[in-house]
Amino acid sequence: MLSRVQFALTTAFHYLYPPLSIGLGIMLVLMEGLWLKTNQPVYHQMARFWTKVFALTFAIGVATGIVLEFEFGTNWATYSRYVGDVFGSALAAEGIFAFFLESGFLAVLLFGWDKVSRPVHFFATCMVCLGAHFSAIWIVVANSWMQTPAGFHIVGEGIKARAEITDFWAMVFNPSSMDRLFHTLCGAWQAGAFLVVSVSAWYLLKKCHADFARASLRIGLIVGLLASLLQVVSGHSSAQGVAKNQPAKLAAFEGRYDTRTHAPLALVGWVDEKNERFLFNVGIPGMLSWLAHGDTSKEVIGLREFKLEDRPPVNAVFQFYHLMVGVGLGMVAVAGLGFLYFWRGSLFEKRWLLWLLVLSVLGPQIGNQMGWFSAEVGRQPWIVHGLLRTSAGLSAVVQANAVRTSILLFSAVYLLLFAVFLYLLNDKIQHGPDAADLMPTGKLAWPTREKP
Amino acid sequence: MNFGSLDLNTVWFILIGVLFTGYAMLDGFDLGVGALHLFTKKDEHRRLMLNAIGPVWDGNEVWLVTGGGALFAAFPNVYATVFSGFYLAFVLLLVALIFRAVAIEFRSKQPMGWWRQMWDVGFAGGSILSSLLIGIAMGNIAWGIPLDERGEFAGTFLSLLHPYALLLGVTTLALFMMHGAIYAAMKTEGPLHEKLRGWINQCIIFFIICYAVTTMATLLYVPHLAARVRANPWLFSIALVNMLAIANIPREIHHGRDGRAFISSGVAMMALMGLFGLEMFPNLVLSNPDLAHNLTIYNAASSTKTLGIMLTIAIIGVPIVLAYTVSIYWIFRGKVKLDRMSY
Repeated sequence: MLSRVQFALTTAFHYLYPPLSIGLGIMLVLMEGLWLKTNQPVYHQMARFWTKVFALTFAIGVATGIVLEFEFGTNWATYSRYVGDVFGSALAAEGIFAFFLESGFLAVLLFGWDKVSRPVHFFATCMVCLGAHFSAIWIVVANSWMQTPAGFHIVGEGIKARAEITDFWAMVFNPSSMDRLFHTLCGAWQAGAFLVVSVSAWYLLKKCHADFARASLRIGLIVGLLASLLQVVSGHSSAQGVAKNQPAKLAAFEGRYDTRTHAPLALVGWVDEKNERFLFNVGIPGMLSWLAHGDTSKEVIGLREFKLEDRPPVNAVFQFYHLMVGVGLGMVAVAGLGFLYFWRGSLFEKRWLLWLLVLSVLGPQIGNQMGWFSAEVGRQPWIVHGLLRTSAGLSAVVQANAVRTSILLFSAVYLLLFAVFLYLLNDKIQHGPDAADLMPTGKLAWPTREKP
Repeated sequence: MNFGSLDLNTVWFILIGVLFTGYAMLDGFDLGVGALHLFTKKDEHRRLMLNAIGPVWDGNEVWLVTGGGALFAAFPNVYATVFSGFYLAFVLLLVALIFRAVAIEFRSKQPMGWWRQMWDVGFAGGSILSSLLIGIAMGNIAWGIPLDERGEFAGTFLSLLHPYALLLGVTTLALFMMHGAIYAAMKTEGPLHEKLRGWINQCIIFFIICYAVTTMATLLYVPHLAARVRANPWLFSIALVNMLAIANIPREIHHGRDGRAFISSGVAMMALMGLFGLEMFPNLVLSNPDLAHNLTIYNAASSTKTLGIMLTIAIIGVPIVLAYTVSIYWIFRGKVKLDRMSY
């Protein structure tokens, strides 16, 4: 249990940052690409400013990511022995293909402005962004394998039993990996886009850096709207996958105990797990059957089909999931409204909407966290769905006291980190973009340099 | 020892050795620079030291992450046993690495004296603690740790801190400091450069003392490793390469060839890691006292199929990684200068 708390804690904290890195990575590529194309200094200023924010999120993302990789060994040793043959190769691939690419070219992105030419720098930015996406690919593949294991067989018996790989590509393209990857990436793009939107809207409210803010807001809103719309599509497709592959999880998402056709879609509610009842229920009749299987007369499996010990915690999963869906739809509305008024040219007078956009940065973060909670808690009691129980994956030799110590240590360090991160982020935002960045220097200025 | 038949398990033993050697050579210098950080007093000098490693340190740390990932994939039993057995040690290592990482990133973001001093201490403390812990882990693996018949660790955190392990911890710190001092000298100029040149000699002396004590302790108190050397006298040639490489460092420094001194120090590290690997082979973790429970490259490995897949991944990935790592070091060659993007 303690190890679960620690892993949840360290992952939740970690998961604030990589989506930002991925999303900001895309934004940086767009900004720098626009700068190369149009040669307008404001895009250069944007790229420089957001690079600094990117560096902050990246540093914490890396530092907290190493913790997670090590925790598989320190806290989940039995799990590691059991799945290392399958799961380990995805992690190793992440290291070789993603982390090296990302951290290597980050050097050029951050410190190479005056050392390399424009195209080389743009290439480095693209590689950092690509690396961030690769790391999402491999880690989501690994996690999806825990949700819907494929491409392996079990060798040995008792404590010697372990999963061994039979088909690498079946493992990579396991039934849920592509849906979940797309879903995660959309969430990350939203996180990056709405951070840009939020900061730009704030500048507009404070009436400073107006040109910078307008240009940033436009890119942010477009990416944010696209990502939010795609997110709805991918969310739907993910949920259909869950209905097919992990029916117990879908039943928990929706708090359904009975198996029935024309199942209603719950909008809000509270699950009374003890009496297997559903309180304060508001729903749309038949909608769940239709969403999950494309036909209102199809059956949706309820939790009573599963033994008590094979059910996830229902109410928590229900609430996480519904909060995520609510936030997801809310983001579409916010981005849609923002884009509509931006397009009509009256956004800058609507202070209420600008304030809403400032707050919108929280949306994707809440959505991402809740989505991850519902995915992971919804998989319980399994650590690998249908194969290994979470309680059986723990390290055999680690004492509860040691875990307690490490939880305290990590909590203290992470609280400090978070405070410092917010402080520095705020500082960067207050300071705003550098006016000096309007004029590229050094090698970056080459297109305007006179040829001898 | 029979190296005639090179099977996949042996290949992965070598590859993981290469990854960890890469880590030691690369992150070794930035940990070393960190350990020396507080000895410089002027803010400008500290910034120069930081920016010497600025663009490359996180790439260097990726070697550890990838090494860990490869160990997980290729030898999951070793990964599970060592990481859960050394639980508190690894938690401390993680905290130390986090502090270092964010200290580098945050230090120069604010001008206040107390702010910079706080992160300077975090950076130096984190670097020193990481180096010590890495050495202690190596020491325990060489000395042997109590393992039960399932290959689970049967000791406690305090039992890991025996004198031989601590000695290896200090030796590792000394090695990294020497390596870091040479790297910093290579990247700086002017008064700081002169100062660093002086430190290199002190670091070499410190390292040689530690190294000599470690060698004696190994021959006297770690009979299984000593026996391995006696049975294979040619191992002495690697030790000789190591000694020559170290002896070459002051010579190159004297002639002002910092780059070559750095290469020498790298060669010395390679020789040390090679020696360590050859003395361990085919064991990955020694069980002490019950040698029957050793974790070897066979009983701790993944299936042949996984090792094969991983080899494909490595063959595709590693050359690409090496190519751009080299080009990035090339882009950032030369002495460090502070500008407004610097740490």
